[in-house]
Amino acid sequence: MSVRAFSLLGLLGFWFLVAWIAADPMVLPMPQELFSPLWAELKSGELLFHLSRTLIRVIWAFTLAMSLGLALGLVMGLFPHVDRWLDPWLVVFLNLPALVLIVLCYLWIGLNETAAIIAVTLNKIPNVTTIIREGARSLDPNLKAMAQVFPMRKQSVLQHVILPQLAPFIAGAARSGIAVIWKIVLVVEFLGRSNGIGFQIHLYFQLFDVRLVLVYALSFITVMLLVEWLILQPWEKRVRRWRTA
Amino acid sequence: MISVDVISKSYGDVPVLQDIQFNVEKGQTVAILGPSGIGKSTLLRLIAGIDPKFEGTVSRPKNMAIVFQEPTLLLWRSVFENIQLIHPELSTEAVREALSEVGLADKADLFPGQLSLGQQRRLSLARGFAGNPDLLIMDEPFVSLDEKTADEMLTLTERLISKTQPATIFVTHDTTEAARLATQILTLDGQPATLKIKETLK
Repeated sequence: MSVRAFSLLGLLGFWFLVAWIAADPMVLPMPQELFSPLWAELKSGELLFHLSRTLIRVIWAFTLAMSLGLALGLVMGLFPHVDRWLDPWLVVFLNLPALVLIVLCYLWIGLNETAAIIAVTLNKIPNVTTIIREGARSLDPNLKAMAQVFPMRKQSVLQHVILPQLAPFIAGAARSGIAVIWKIVLVVEFLGRSNGIGFQIHLYFQLFDVRLVLVYALSFITVMLLVEWLILQPWEKRVRRWRTA
Repeated sequence: MISVDVISKSYGDVPVLQDIQFNVEKGQTVAILGPSGIGKSTLLRLIAGIDPKFEGTVSRPKNMAIVFQEPTLLLWRSVFENIQLIHPELSTEAVREALSEVGLADKADLFPGQLSLGQQRRLSLARGFAGNPDLLIMDEPFVSLDEKTADEMLTLTERLISKTQPATIFVTHDTTEAARLATQILTLDGQPATLKIKETLK
């Protein structure tokens, strides 16, 4: 904890230093200069409204991308002949720039919430699939044989044999997933939504207001740090309990 | 009754097993002997139905159990759950009974990683017998244990077999082990391996 706190303080110190050298609040304001705009946005309710819009999109896209990516990765990892068919698709989607997918979704589906969430989900699925497929390929064949001979029920095999072995891969995909997803959500909002952090950043970019761009960006980073510390890390610790017991 | 009829099994173009026929009745214990690498474990995988790619037929009961060389436990579930999840039909008392049968009654809430290798092997054995199997398959269950532990395991296995009376097929390279547990010893030999000697004991 102390290392984490010192490390973050160091980052803050670096900001002070650069702002002091730049000596121009239009380019980079001092950290304390953000307090009054932050307070104003909080009081008007603007900040919380846009934060919640973005958060809802992140949750939707994250849930969809993780569950679809998990299913697809499992199928591709467990059935090599399916993998041979789908692998080229995966490579195409992995290399399709996020921007292209977003623009195409808006063009084909329209400038609406569905298009925004589908665009983010499609951007993330190939990545989750790749990680989970790696995990599914490394499942223990002896445990599989054991589950087959006794025999265990399919539901039970998934829940107690397969998923626990995939836990480190799922955690990895979730970690990298949540970070990438909120960045893409911001781009989606920047390009075609009328609310959310990305929309606000677009607005204050046009007004050339660095302070408010920073207020909105940093607020969401704070939310994501809380998600990491309060949800992801405790969950990971719980599923790793057996390794350290 | 279990009847095994393997006409041939190959890996690619290399034949491994050929013309292996035998039957096992309930209560009988068959040991399959042979040098390492001969294909004993391959034969067990055919009998257990893990590997369906061979020429021939095996008729086996539904209620089977297997004990591997390695304990092959669910390391992320407790000792208790390692039996209960595999045999969901068992009551809590029956699971505890199976654990105390192998001397692990007080370890129920630990993770398998907290047990010694000998204890993990005993848990694997308890899991095998807990469901009162009609067919029990064991793949070198006493290999790489020190002499004392191996002897304890053998005694334990003898007791559990005489109590549950399954049809047992087990693989070993140790003649004394085979003689102690088996009612019949089959020896695999040759390339491709086939049954060379059938010897009935007891």
